[in-house]
Amino acid sequence: MPVLIALVALVIYFEVRSTVFLSADNVTNLFIQAIIYMFLGMAEVWLLLLGEIDLSLGWLAGLSGSIAAIYTNAEFHWPWWLAFVAALAACTAIGTLWGVIVVRLRLPSFIVTLAGSFIVEGVLLYILDHVFEGGGAPVQSAVLSDLTTGNLTPTWSWIFVIAVILASAGVMIVRERARREAGLLVAPLYRIFVKLGALAILGVAMALIFNTNRGSFITIEGMPFAVPLVFALLAIYSFVLARTKFGRYMYAIGGNTEAARRAGIPVNRYRIYAFMLGGFTSGIAGLFYVSRLGGYSSSSTDSTVVLYAVAAAVIGGTSLYGGRGKMTYAIVGGIILAVIENGLVLIQISTTMVYVVTGVVLLGAVTVDSLARRSQSLLK
Amino acid sequence: MSEPVAVDSASADSAAGSDIGVDPSMLLSLRGVTKRFGAVQALKRVDLDVPAGQVTALIGDNGAGKSTLIKAIAGIWEPSSGEKYWMGKKVDTHTPKEASKLGIATVYQDLALCDNLDIVANMYLGYEATKFDVLDEITMEKRTQQTLRDLSVTTVSSVRQLVGTLSGGQRQSIAVARAVMRDAKLVIMDEPTAALGVTQTAQVLSLIKTLASRGIAVLVISHNLNDVFEVADRIAVMYLGTLVSSGPVGNYDMNSAVDLITTGTTSRAA
Repeated sequence: MPVLIALVALVIYFEVRSTVFLSADNVTNLFIQAIIYMFLGMAEVWLLLLGEIDLSLGWLAGLSGSIAAIYTNAEFHWPWWLAFVAALAACTAIGTLWGVIVVRLRLPSFIVTLAGSFIVEGVLLYILDHVFEGGGAPVQSAVLSDLTTGNLTPTWSWIFVIAVILASAGVMIVRERARREAGLLVAPLYRIFVKLGALAILGVAMALIFNTNRGSFITIEGMPFAVPLVFALLAIYSFVLARTKFGRYMYAIGGNTEAARRAGIPVNRYRIYAFMLGGFTSGIAGLFYVSRLGGYSSSSTDSTVVLYAVAAAVIGGTSLYGGRGKMTYAIVGGIILAVIENGLVLIQISTTMVYVVTGVVLLGAVTVDSLARRSQSLLK
Repeated sequence: MSEPVAVDSASADSAAGSDIGVDPSMLLSLRGVTKRFGAVQALKRVDLDVPAGQVTALIGDNGAGKSTLIKAIAGIWEPSSGEKYWMGKKVDTHTPKEASKLGIATVYQDLALCDNLDIVANMYLGYEATKFDVLDEITMEKRTQQTLRDLSVTTVSSVRQLVGTLSGGQRQSIAVARAVMRDAKLVIMDEPTAALGVTQTAQVLSLIKTLASRGIAVLVISHNLNDVFEVADRIAVMYLGTLVSSGPVGNYDMNSAVDLITTGTTSRAA
């Protein structure tokens, strides 16, 4: 995969230029940065798979974060879970609304969600500026704050890593054996070992890095809570996409809408589901976003986050034309975005260059996608 | 319109569109099927018989009403008047779903395949096998392999190949195999060889013969008379919305078929 090569190249480059790039402190920081892009990317994958797009996801994330911060602060004092549910419900509802408009009025999702993005942005800034004095909602809930600052203990970090490796090995072996027993073609065994080996090395490396003390005055160690959380959502979404009818239909609609329709799949309903899931997932992204920022105010909003959702999904390898992509692509894309952002700041290149490099990488990713698509259609 | 040269017994005495004279051994019989689109009469009292285990070729010039006819059979359009009989019994199929429940499967020119999915996923699209709501890939893969083997589709190396990487003939085969796997009794094919090269055309024609030998009725629309004479057991000719002639392939030759297609009548005897 060219994407992974690009990632390795970037990491090597930054490590050579800056000695702290691969320090435990910075890697953890980088992961927290990446996690927001990962969630946003996963949100966008639902839409890109159908050949749709939602440009409002970044602002929906802002909305979700603000709702969570506002309702858990001293004035409202809701329990954290209630505020989270309210935030996610709002994002899901708005995403669904875009879906209904796109499907019922047969409008292009690009325009509907671009308009929607302006509307959400405006409403959000109005609330932050006018309804709340001081123009902001600080994070005062410990749970909300812990989403990005809390860590597992080193022991639990190891338990998590080992559990994931064992579970993956178990799933792979069971599946492989079932295929063998059914007399179906099987991939050579060494492939399973290579995959598991890579996973084990990655897991152990991450555990070692996260478990290194990265505090200067007090001990800070362990895997951030955010890592298992993003991993859990990735596992659920990947399972749904690869192993259920629901996921199969998403790919089918993205690949050939007419074929899906003739196969009896309720295409429009599935398109609305995609917008719904996109909204919901961007709501989750928003919780982590506000947690990392420590609060959400009209001045802390950053409109570039809006398009990072698309960028994360596409850089990872999700096709803009629909039908091709995986949730893991958003993870890889999110890491690449964070590596660029984090690395360029470390080697003290002006922040404006971050945009340029991100743009170049995105352009490269879209080109690869387009070329792959062309070579596939040539084969026919 | 002059008297058609070759009318076989099954469709001879049904001019009034009444249900007398329907041969119960025919899988599908149409009697007096008419379709109007506003002022345009696309089908004029068509009587057609399609027997099981045989290949019926539907030929005619552009605009003769072939596509309108197969869409009426497939339940996409309801005829303005006329009757459909399925195994001798009068049926009403108002939707494609109802038609496919009877066992009528249509393979359109565009094939309706998803290039981004593998062969197994395409074969089962909309009808996936599941175990506890999880896709049962093993069952689906085995059954796909079996179906392709039964139809002697041997050019596909792996059923896990993406359909986008297949050749035109292979894609056609997958679309047909999908219909067969769902127990189709009548497979309607719209120009199956239109975009194919020589080798791939041969593949598809042999597949059509295999279908018929397995007792499935095949109704093929084709412009290519060479193909028609190679695979068809029966021929039905349409001209300006009317079925001008139908019968066993032996009643026709290349010249009379061309005459019927272009003028709706022929003076030549085969």
